[in-house]
Amino acid sequence: MDFQSCVKIQKEWDIVGARQLGRERAKAIGFGTVDQARIATAISELARNIYLYAKTGKICFEIIDDLEHKGIRIYAIDSGPGIEDISQVMEDGFSTSGGLGAGLPGVKRLMDHFEIDSEPGKGTQVKTVKWVR
Amino acid sequence: MRIPILKLHDYLLISIQIDLDDQTAIQFQEDLLSKIHKTGATGVVIDLTSVDIIDSFIAKVLGDVVTMSDLMGAKVVLTGIQPAVAMTLIDLGIHMQDVPTALDLEQGLLKLRLELEE
Repeated sequence: MDFQSCVKIQKEWDIVGARQLGRERAKAIGFGTVDQARIATAISELARNIYLYAKTGKICFEIIDDLEHKGIRIYAIDSGPGIEDISQVMEDGFSTSGGLGAGLPGVKRLMDHFEIDSEPGKGTQVKTVKWVR
Repeated sequence: MRIPILKLHDYLLISIQIDLDDQTAIQFQEDLLSKIHKTGATGVVIDLTSVDIIDSFIAKVLGDVVTMSDLMGAKVVLTGIQPAVAMTLIDLGIHMQDVPTALDLEQGLLKLRLELEE
């Protein structure tokens, strides 16, 4: 485990800022072009969820680089309204915002590991990891 | 930020060369439709060679602009989608099946010409 850095999500442009920083980090630790695109896209989806549903929150990056693994762990944290039914938002095509509904299940497919924790009224935390192959 | 839209005979050509934020994407949608209206263009090529990320929102905006232009009588072809972007879109579960695409600008113009001559 290495250092951690965060990007605040407060305005629409922060979505672009977060994914650009994530891509830079991913490139620096040795991800290929396709995985860089996957990571940047996952961050974009997570950051947009924060912006749309919670208004503000943060995306944090943690670089994992030890003897066994190398990868990037991404946290999306907000203290927004939370999610009532997590299994519902993990269904393909489910959306309350009029989007494509590709968000969370898409992120899960783009990454290697995906965890979501949410409490209605308290907020949501998504933790997701991609390993360098 | 505004994306330039170039007119060439009956066609409109767009090359997206920036990291698209939501607002710029929506603005582009409006700009393209009003340009089609103003010029009477029958074909549009949107080149995505320099775009290295398309997330679900941008995909929706692009898919919508194809349908909207079609309603106005202009055919749109998306060209130059990078391999990494194509793979990411499928992972996301976005198939864009009804959207005409071509490998590059040249193929895109060819596709438009064939389609419009029919």
